[in-house]
Amino acid sequence: MKMTGSQILLECLKLEGVDMVFGYPGGAVINIYDDLAKSSIHHILPRHEQAAIHAADGLARATGKVGVAIATSGPGATNTITGLATAYMDSIPMVVITGQVPTSLIGNDAFQEADIVGITRPCTKHNYLVRDVRTLAETIKKAFYIARTGRPGPVLIDIPKDVQVAQTDFVYPETVELRGYKPNFSANPRQVDKALKMILDARRPLIYAGGGVTAANASALLQDVAELAQIPVTTTLMGMADMPRKHPLCLGMLGMHGTYYANMAVTQCDLLIAVGARFDDRVTGKVDAFAPHAKIIHIDIDPTSIKKNVRVDLPIVGDVRDVLSKLHGSMVQQSESVKAFAEGNSPWLEVIEGWRAAHPMAYRSSESIIKPQQVIQSLCEMADEDAIITTEVGQHQMWTAQFYDFKQPRTFLTSGGLGTMGFGLPAALGAQAAYPDRQVIDISGDGSFQMNSQELATLVQYRLPVKIAILNNNFLGMVRQWQQLFFDKCYSQTCLSSPIDFVKLAEAYGAAGLRAERPDEIQDVIRQAFAIDGPVIMEFKVAREENVLPMVPAGVGLDKMILL
Amino acid sequence: MTHTISVLLENEFGVLARVSGLFSGRGFNIESLTVAPTLDPSVSRMTIVTSGDDAILEQITKQLNKLIDVIKVIDFTGQDFVQREMALVKVAADEGTRAEILRIADIFRAKIVDVTPRSYTVEVTGAPSKVAAMIELVRPLGIKEIVRSGPIVMGRGA
Repeated sequence: MKMTGSQILLECLKLEGVDMVFGYPGGAVINIYDDLAKSSIHHILPRHEQAAIHAADGLARATGKVGVAIATSGPGATNTITGLATAYMDSIPMVVITGQVPTSLIGNDAFQEADIVGITRPCTKHNYLVRDVRTLAETIKKAFYIARTGRPGPVLIDIPKDVQVAQTDFVYPETVELRGYKPNFSANPRQVDKALKMILDARRPLIYAGGGVTAANASALLQDVAELAQIPVTTTLMGMADMPRKHPLCLGMLGMHGTYYANMAVTQCDLLIAVGARFDDRVTGKVDAFAPHAKIIHIDIDPTSIKKNVRVDLPIVGDVRDVLSKLHGSMVQQSESVKAFAEGNSPWLEVIEGWRAAHPMAYRSSESIIKPQQVIQSLCEMADEDAIITTEVGQHQMWTAQFYDFKQPRTFLTSGGLGTMGFGLPAALGAQAAYPDRQVIDISGDGSFQMNSQELATLVQYRLPVKIAILNNNFLGMVRQWQQLFFDKCYSQTCLSSPIDFVKLAEAYGAAGLRAERPDEIQDVIRQAFAIDGPVIMEFKVAREENVLPMVPAGVGLDKMILL
Repeated sequence: MTHTISVLLENEFGVLARVSGLFSGRGFNIESLTVAPTLDPSVSRMTIVTSGDDAILEQITKQLNKLIDVIKVIDFTGQDFVQREMALVKVAADEGTRAEILRIADIFRAKIVDVTPRSYTVEVTGAPSKVAAMIELVRPLGIKEIVRSGPIVMGRGA
């Protein structure tokens, strides 16, 4: 049957299981939108293309599915860049469709033309310009395959207007053959055996788990392995929700704003097992002083991550789920030695408990001023078990990582690698659209919130009851903290002194607004907000110059923390 | 240390930009780069001369392999291979130097491919060190222009 390019696109999306897309119309995608209006695919219209990408990203992070977004050519396409870079850094599977000027005009500086394939080459896993409608279906198939396999990531497909209109016979290929792309899912069993041997020889083992555990849906396996061998687990920002915070073996986050006990454990361990993590500079601090006494096992599906930043004694390339299940299988086979090993770990676990007791995660509370950490703790106590938390980027993000007790995977959506302010609200939008019945909370700062605050309109339009907690200190708090600590309190351009009335802002968009100014109002405001069946802004006027601690200053080892 | 890497990749538009963008984006060196289709016209071969320590070379190889359009990456360092480069060298020629240019060309089994009253253009082919050696010998005679192809390599044997 003959179909147009835009009809083929929508048919392919359906065959890939996509029932919801986020996008913004324009001249170069008007044909797609015409067909979309007649399609069963649900479309959500954020108020900025950047938000459309973040929303698709939020959906992908929350569900594990491929998020899909559509933007028009030129400025529509360039507005997707930050969102693509965000998803690329955090390995989030997405397919982004952009319209392009007709093929006859490409390269002519046509109206709303941008070389988006050229621009997005370094911030996508792969990208395509479709120049012939006969290759469209196959290209879409490849794009989804690339986005969701191996180390996941965003793929962009640029479709010129004439290709959207052109007709061809629609055949969706059943398989996809890419001779240059063969992700290695299956780990070498010999490497896994070596890993187990190294584990059994260790006295102070530590697991360092990252976002690869989420991507592989391997949270339960991670906990099984840790429990069986009694190995403590520290996580990155990206891997945080895969290890329940209240688990006795969970040490919370490591790195620049990690817990004292996690950072001490890294510094003192004799075996570090990195699982789906990439030794980011915010994690390692000074590389030479990172895990100085440890042998390192690095499990990752992406070979480029291995030995990029740190020396590795045993690399294991493979899907985290496959590696952990093989490791778990071997452990069960050697249950006697593993049991003896687990019992032998108790002195090491006691040392860690000593560190935890000496410097637990804490803050100085106040009777008169709201401390931001207290808001996070109250949200954590009052929210549902399966509530999805998103954040923007800055102090509130780190406080969330430090003080929110995550309980299950895919409940913490945050821009870890790129650190994108303005991510949290649209990501919450996407997550809420995917899960209309779950609680979705965007924990925000007053600075970040203003980077995509227009999305309040989208929440109201689609009745998406996202709850937004703004920790308002009238500062770009994280930069201010650095200025305080390292630049003699020269608060250059970090004071947001214009007094915004966030309650009225919410009301202007047709959402509800609540405000807490004293500590005893926190819980009331949260309770009221959770009772409202619609989007709500909760504005918390917090201590203005509160700092995120502990903190490892730039350029030193993880054990050189500034403590409370 | 200098490495010669041969990359087989899909012969599609934009692949050169993907590879060169990878090198510039990650701060890797490119000393030379040649590219042309192979026996299979859907595949191109890129020969890249680069430099760096072992860790950098490992990253270069891995990052190249990570590109979707890259089919195979071979680092010829430490292997038995044939390496050839071509250079066209336009040398100033007058009564006093013509014979000397011809003599040098003869020694290097180079060819004169263009002659004007004031210049000879010499085509020299060989290992990059041979090409460099010939260039150094004619340099005192006055080089007007050099175009080098960058080396190409092929593994020895069947």
